[in-house]
Amino acid sequence: MILHTVNKSPFQNDSLAGCLRVAKEGSAILLIEDGVYAATKGTKVSASIEEAMKSVKVYALTPDLETRGVQDRVIDGVELVDYAGFVNLAAEYSAVQSWL
Amino acid sequence: MKFGIQVNEGPYTHQASDTAYQFTKAALENGHEVMRVFFYHDGVNNGTRLTTPPQDDRNVVNRWVDLAEKHDLDLVVCVAAAQRRGLVDEDEAKRNSKDADNIAPRFRISGLGQLIEAGIQCDRLVVFGD
Amino acid sequence: MADEMMEEGGTVKKFMYLNRKAPYGTIYALESLEVVLIGAAFEQDVSLVFMDDGIYQIKKDQDTAGTEMKNFSKTYRALEMYDVEKLYVEKESMEARGLTEDDLVVDVEVMTSEQIKDLMEDQDVLLSF
Repeated sequence: MILHTVNKSPFQNDSLAGCLRVAKEGSAILLIEDGVYAATKGTKVSASIEEAMKSVKVYALTPDLETRGVQDRVIDGVELVDYAGFVNLAAEYSAVQSWL
Repeated sequence: MKFGIQVNEGPYTHQASDTAYQFTKAALENGHEVMRVFFYHDGVNNGTRLTTPPQDDRNVVNRWVDLAEKHDLDLVVCVAAAQRRGLVDEDEAKRNSKDADNIAPRFRISGLGQLIEAGIQCDRLVVFGD
Repeated sequence: MADEMMEEGGTVKKFMYLNRKAPYGTIYALESLEVVLIGAAFEQDVSLVFMDDGIYQIKKDQDTAGTEMKNFSKTYRALEMYDVEKLYVEKESMEARGLTEDDLVVDVEVMTSEQIKDLMEDQDVLLSF
């Protein structure tokens, strides 16, 4: 199964939406860079992340959350990883699809 | 794991080069192999030796150079993308009649075949971009 | 020449190029096509997927005289000569943009998001630009 990475804010463009359409059940999504805003509670896309988590694992990169000051409001169930964790995910999943 | 890395954006304007660097560093520190870092599109601009970033901020180019020194990393800048954007080594300067070159040490200019080769030979190709 | 280009051991991997960006506004469409062309010499199993604004890359009737930019849309038709024949378009993206297959400069296979899920999972190397 694939690891998808999304690096854009869901309020800026539709990369996250495209990824959610095409991420197969059992795959994983890692939110990085501006993409981590999608991991935060109480936004208009929080529900779509919660829905996605029923079929895919959702991760967020801690350094990017902290850098942006949103580490305190992550949606429950989104797993946090650091760069070493990112590397482990890339190794664990079969390939990496970057949504740019 | 053997990783190949693709960097599509230049230093500072996008976080891509930063994230790629942090990923590459973590991979190397955790005992993985990084076969090549291939710089494409504006990513070629990571290979200029002429940047003077503010003292209180990270030096993106030097970080790549230092990582390459430490781990014998292959930093490849795509020739076609480099020509478009004016990233030049000594040979390219001669070949294209330019009066200067600007490539940083440890970076080398080569063809897109190097990216495809990395895709074929690596276990994972990870792309960082906009 | 072709022998030199072939990988030692003849490894053939499934390469997928995901094209999601419109042409001309940024260089990604043009430069990703250049990767496909160079990559063709390596005789891998290549698929191109056009989704979101990437579908505009293969829109017919591109006339770049006024913007003085290089018109590279014809190059998509030449891909066949390089044995790159697997071109896919996401149905949802196409419909969202009011386009049909008739608007496109090459023959493509239209796939739903569901079908693209499976296609993507089948790949070894996933490129994006």
